[in-house]
Amino acid sequence: MTVAIDRATGKRRGDRAPRPGLGQRLKHSYQKHWYAYAMITPVVVVLGVLVLYPLAYGFYLTLTDANSLNTARTIGVNEIEATYKFIGFDNYADILWGETSYERFWSHFIWTIVWTGACVGLHYTLGLGLALLLNQQLRGRTLYRLILILPWAVPTFVTVFGWRFMLADGGVINSFLETLHLPTPLWLEDTFWQRFAAIMVNTWCGVPFMMLSLLGGLQSIDSTLYEAAEMDGASKWQQFRYVTLPGLRSVSSTVVLLGIIWTFNQFAIIFLLFGDTAPDAQILVTWAYYLGFGQQPRDFAQSAAYGMLLLAILIVFTSFYRRWLNRNDQQLAI
Amino acid sequence: MSTTVETSAEAKKEIRVAPTPGMVRRRGERSLAASAASHGILIAASLIALFPIAWLVFLSLGPDKDDYLHPGDIWGKMTLDNYSFVLQETNFFDWLTSTLIVSLGTTVIGVMIAATTGYAVSRMRFPGYKKFMWVLLVTQMFPIAVLIVPMYQIMSELQLIDSYLGLILVYCSTAVPYCAWLLKGYFDTIPFEIDEAGRVDGLSPFGTFLRLILPLAKPGLAVAGFYSFITAFGEVAFASTFMLSDTKYTFAVALQTFVSEHDAQRQLMAATAVLIAIPVSAFFYLVQKNLVTGLTAGGTKG
Repeated sequence: MTVAIDRATGKRRGDRAPRPGLGQRLKHSYQKHWYAYAMITPVVVVLGVLVLYPLAYGFYLTLTDANSLNTARTIGVNEIEATYKFIGFDNYADILWGETSYERFWSHFIWTIVWTGACVGLHYTLGLGLALLLNQQLRGRTLYRLILILPWAVPTFVTVFGWRFMLADGGVINSFLETLHLPTPLWLEDTFWQRFAAIMVNTWCGVPFMMLSLLGGLQSIDSTLYEAAEMDGASKWQQFRYVTLPGLRSVSSTVVLLGIIWTFNQFAIIFLLFGDTAPDAQILVTWAYYLGFGQQPRDFAQSAAYGMLLLAILIVFTSFYRRWLNRNDQQLAI
Repeated sequence: MSTTVETSAEAKKEIRVAPTPGMVRRRGERSLAASAASHGILIAASLIALFPIAWLVFLSLGPDKDDYLHPGDIWGKMTLDNYSFVLQETNFFDWLTSTLIVSLGTTVIGVMIAATTGYAVSRMRFPGYKKFMWVLLVTQMFPIAVLIVPMYQIMSELQLIDSYLGLILVYCSTAVPYCAWLLKGYFDTIPFEIDEAGRVDGLSPFGTFLRLILPLAKPGLAVAGFYSFITAFGEVAFASTFMLSDTKYTFAVALQTFVSEHDAQRQLMAATAVLIAIPVSAFFYLVQKNLVTGLTAGGTKG
């Protein structure tokens, strides 16, 4: 029996059993692989029912003008039939090129890119810095480590409210800035400072994960490499540049990809920090939510269209990222 | 040689007694200044990590809703009244129940459905493998905005809005592919020879999975379960939209209800937040080490 024998090493490329020819493959595919298919059936069914069907239905909605006034709904005992109609790709055209598309889409798009870039950059650099510090022989290392992952351990929806109290006008941060005679920005009202605060809170929440992952990566680097580098007279910086960074590459590419996806999709922080009060500080995800559920009438079609665009952006990005990694001949991230 | 890997304090001591000529400082041993700087940065970072949470705890002890404006006054009138009020006068236990039902439901269904698949993609190669993995990956990165509108429509047609089952089903759409992915990473670490031994002794692939691999994979199952649990626990968007009656709120929604446009009961909110955070964080600390390995192992090993 060879059904289960072509996967032992965990390497992705080059260790699969050679595929038989096309005709043969179709013929024997069922016979040979029915175990595998039987085992993945539950997930396939769940994905089909819970993901693919809603996805298809959502795509259909984006081609209509559905909103909360013309979809099927029940008010008391009266059932109202859906009256929305098919309008083709007008929603997409309207979002991308329509009037005021800059205010409605492109400004949020740019802000989302800035937000993702800034947050992931900060997560990574701060996480790496702290991981390097924690990777030394240091008194109290475990204690530092335990305290530093606290922002990850406490649920985000709890900590965001802590930040809201601190950032509120008259809250502790502004009182502190005032005693230093520094300007006290309106963190939760002024657009620029809203964005600044959002990035700050998200950085605070996201660093621990990066730190722990990179710390794991650092600890798996073979210490003889450092010895060899030292023998060759490498400075601390050169060791970092030519031993540490290459050694972290596979962990880094994974966590950076995860970080980008998570930050791009980050809903809770912006939603809970500002609610509906900050239309200009909404990234695309929260903005799509606002269109679909935060306003009256609820614009389901446009909201779903934003969702589709977001998904398209992520898929395109991930494909390029993977291709770029492959070109640099790295182990695939994810 | 003094340049062997040093791991213990003894190795360090030894080198101080007999320093090798020509080597000023051993690797991993730093000057006093560098060490002080490291401690300084780590202490600062720890304070930043700790402060917002400590502040929340501190505010929860103040009896008045505007105490956050005059934190200095809290010292004089610290009280646990907020906690007893939250536990007695609000729907705290209703929220606890619904949060547990939804999170545990998601966890159990997610792990149960995903386990065989994780094993199949870890051990077997079949036509369509790559496409299937791609689907699993893409499903995990769905922004909530993609599914929330169609889900809302479908659930209202099925009368599942404001029901636990509806929310559990929605969460399963992310938890199932996620668990499958995470479990694959864990199954990959179980030696392949175990499967072979089972097969040689005449077990079918299902038998191998059920009798040999599944018992060995308990830690992996626990991590996958725990991760689904905290994801469902902390989810905000779907819960805020789909749960309408205030006894069915999960904590993520319930906490928002303390601050409305008209009234902000910040002291009660802080107390509730602390009550929620303590058990979850404690649990988190118990499993965090496995969690990180699980999250990145699934990724890096491909």
